[in-house]
Amino acid sequence: MGRFVRSPKDVVTGLLLIFLGAWFAWLGSDLPIGRAIRMGPGYFPLVLCGILAALGLIILLTGLAFGGDAEADEDARRIAIPWQGLALITLSVVVFGLAVRPLGLGPAMGLAVFISAAASRRFSLRSGALMAAIMVAFAWAVFIKGLGLPLPMLGPWLGGY
Amino acid sequence: MEIFDHLALGFSVAFTFQNLFYCFIGVLLGTLIGVLPGLGPVPTIAMLLPITFGLPPVSALIMLAGIYYGAQYGGSTTAILINLPGESSSVVTAIDGYQMARQGRAGAALATAALGSFFAGSVATFLLAVFAPPLAEIALKFGPPEYFSLMVLGLVASVSLASGSVVKALAMVVLGILLGLSGQDVYTGTPRFTFDIVELADGIEFVALAMGLFGLVEIIRNLEDEHTRTVMVQKVQGLMLSKEDFKRIIAPVLRGTILGSFLGILPGGGAMLSSFASYSVEKRVSKYPQQFGKGAIEGVAGPESANNAGAQTSFIPMLTLGIPSNPVMALMIGALIIQGIVPGPNVVNEQPNLFWGIIASMWIGNFMLVVLNLPLIGIWVRLLTVPYHILFPLIIGFCCIGVYSVNNNVYDVYAMAAFGVFGYLLVKLDCEPAPLLLGFIIGPMLEEYLRRAMLISRGDPSVFVTRPLSAVMLGIAVLALTLVLLPSVRKKREEAFKE
Repeated sequence: MGRFVRSPKDVVTGLLLIFLGAWFAWLGSDLPIGRAIRMGPGYFPLVLCGILAALGLIILLTGLAFGGDAEADEDARRIAIPWQGLALITLSVVVFGLAVRPLGLGPAMGLAVFISAAASRRFSLRSGALMAAIMVAFAWAVFIKGLGLPLPMLGPWLGGY
Repeated sequence: MEIFDHLALGFSVAFTFQNLFYCFIGVLLGTLIGVLPGLGPVPTIAMLLPITFGLPPVSALIMLAGIYYGAQYGGSTTAILINLPGESSSVVTAIDGYQMARQGRAGAALATAALGSFFAGSVATFLLAVFAPPLAEIALKFGPPEYFSLMVLGLVASVSLASGSVVKALAMVVLGILLGLSGQDVYTGTPRFTFDIVELADGIEFVALAMGLFGLVEIIRNLEDEHTRTVMVQKVQGLMLSKEDFKRIIAPVLRGTILGSFLGILPGGGAMLSSFASYSVEKRVSKYPQQFGKGAIEGVAGPESANNAGAQTSFIPMLTLGIPSNPVMALMIGALIIQGIVPGPNVVNEQPNLFWGIIASMWIGNFMLVVLNLPLIGIWVRLLTVPYHILFPLIIGFCCIGVYSVNNNVYDVYAMAAFGVFGYLLVKLDCEPAPLLLGFIIGPMLEEYLRRAMLISRGDPSVFVTRPLSAVMLGIAVLALTLVLLPSVRKKREEAFKE
C-alpha cells in the first residue's frame, strides 16, 4: 500500500460503510420521509444512513492517518483466507435452498452435507457420503417423524408430492 | 413474603415432567457444546430456535437458558483438562486450571469450578428473583422517550464494554438497526428494503441473520486453520477438596459471585467480561500473586464463579426491560417474539408462569449440572476426539433445515448464505458481528419509541432531555462514549483486554 494509507483494513471498512449508507439511502429514496412530528417510513432509515456514512468516514480518515494495530494486522495477513471453504460452505447452503422444493428434504440435505464436507482438507468421498447418509436419516427421524415438520422427503421431481 | 409465593409458583412450573425434561436437554446440550470447541451457545441457540416453535413458551425458554449456562460449565472442563477453552468465558480458567491439572490436581480444579459455579449460579438466580420484579415495576412507568433513551443507553453501553474499536462497533449497531427495519413499516404498511421480493415482505428473518453471522462465519473461520487436535487428557483423580483448598477458595468465590452478578447486568457484560475481571481482581488481592499462572486455585475459583453469576444475571435486563445485553439474550428475545410474547416489563406480571418458571428452572438446572459434570467427565472428554471435519458438515445440515423450517421459505436459506459471506468479510475487517445482532433486535423497537415520543412532543426533539429520567440515561450514554474515546482511557482499556 502507498504511504498515504496507513491501515488498509480501516480504509476498506470505511469505504464499505459509506457505500452501505449510500446504498440503503438509495434503496429507501422513494419512501415518504414525513416530518419530525409524524415521521414517515423513510425518516429514521435516512437518519441512520447518515450516521452510518459519518462513522464510515471517521474510520476511513483514521485509517489514512493512523497505523492502527500494525502487529495484529501482520498476524492477520499470515492467515490465508480459505477461499475454497468459503465457496463450498456458501454453495452447500444455496444448493439446499435450490433443491429443497423440487427434490425434497432428503436429497437437499444429503447434497448440502456432502458439499460442505468437501470444504475440509481431510475430505474423502467415502466419509462425505457416509456423513450425508447419516444426516439424512437423522433429519428424517428427528424432524419429520419426531417433530412432524410438514416437509416431504422426496420432492415432486422425484415422484414425491 | 411475596417472593416465596412467586418462587413456589416457579417451582411448580419448573417441576412438571415436561419442563424438567427440557431443562435437562438444555443443560446437556449446553455442556456438550461447551466441551466442543468451535461450537458456542449463540449458533446452537440459533439452530434450535425453529425447533422451539412447537413447544410451550416456558419449556422453550427453559431449554434455551439451560444451553447458555450449561455451556459455561462445559467450557471450563476442557479448559482445565486439555488447556482448550470451549467457551470464550473460560479462557482465563485455562491459565491456572490447566497448570493444576499438570500438577496432578485436575480433580481439585474441576471440583472448584463446579462448586464455585453452583454457588455463584444459586446466588445470582436469587438476585434475579429479588431485583427483577421491582425493576420491571419502575420500567412500567416509562413513557416512549424514556424507552428510547434506555435503548440508546443499552446499545452504547454494550459497545463501550465490548473489545475492539468503539467506532466500528457503533457502525455495526447502526447497520444492524437498518437491517432490522426491513419489511413492512408498522404504521403505514409500506415495504422497506425488500427489493420487491414478496417473500421478503416480512423483513429479514432473524434466525437466518443469526445463523449466518454466527453459525456459518464460525465454521469458515475454523477452516482457516485446520490443525489436528491432539488430546492429551490428564488423569482425573481426587475430586474432593482438601481443607486448605476449601479455605483458599471461599473468598475468591464470594468476590467472583459479586463481581459477576454486577457485570452480568450491564449491557455488553455477561459471562466473558466477568471472568476476565475476576481473574485480574484475584491476582491483585492474592497473598501469593506469584502463584498465578502456575496453578493457583484462586485463579480457577474466582473466574468460574464470576462467569456463571454473570451468565445468570444477564437475564435481568432481558426479562424486565426487554433489552438484550449480549447476543445470547438477543436470541432469547427472538424466541419470545416468535412465541408471540412482547418482551418488556409486562412479562413479569402478565406471564408469571413464564418468568418464575425460568428462574426456578435455573436452580434446578445448576444442580443438574453439578450432578452431570463431575461423574461424567470421562464421557465429555471422549467427545473431544470427534474431529471437526466430521462435526461441521452436520452443523451445516442443521442450519439449513432449521432456517428453512421457520417459514418454509427458501429466501431465508439464501439470506443465511449471504449473511455468512458478509459476516466473514466483517470479521476480516475487525468488525464484530455481535453489536449488529443487538441492533437488529432493538432496531424496530427503537424506531417505534422514537416516533411515538416525537408524536407526543409535537415534533420537539428536546423531549429527550427535558424529561429527567430520559435526560439522565442519555447523559450516562454520552459520558460512557466520551470516556472510552478519551485517549488515556482507551489505552488502559486496550491493555485490560490484552490481559
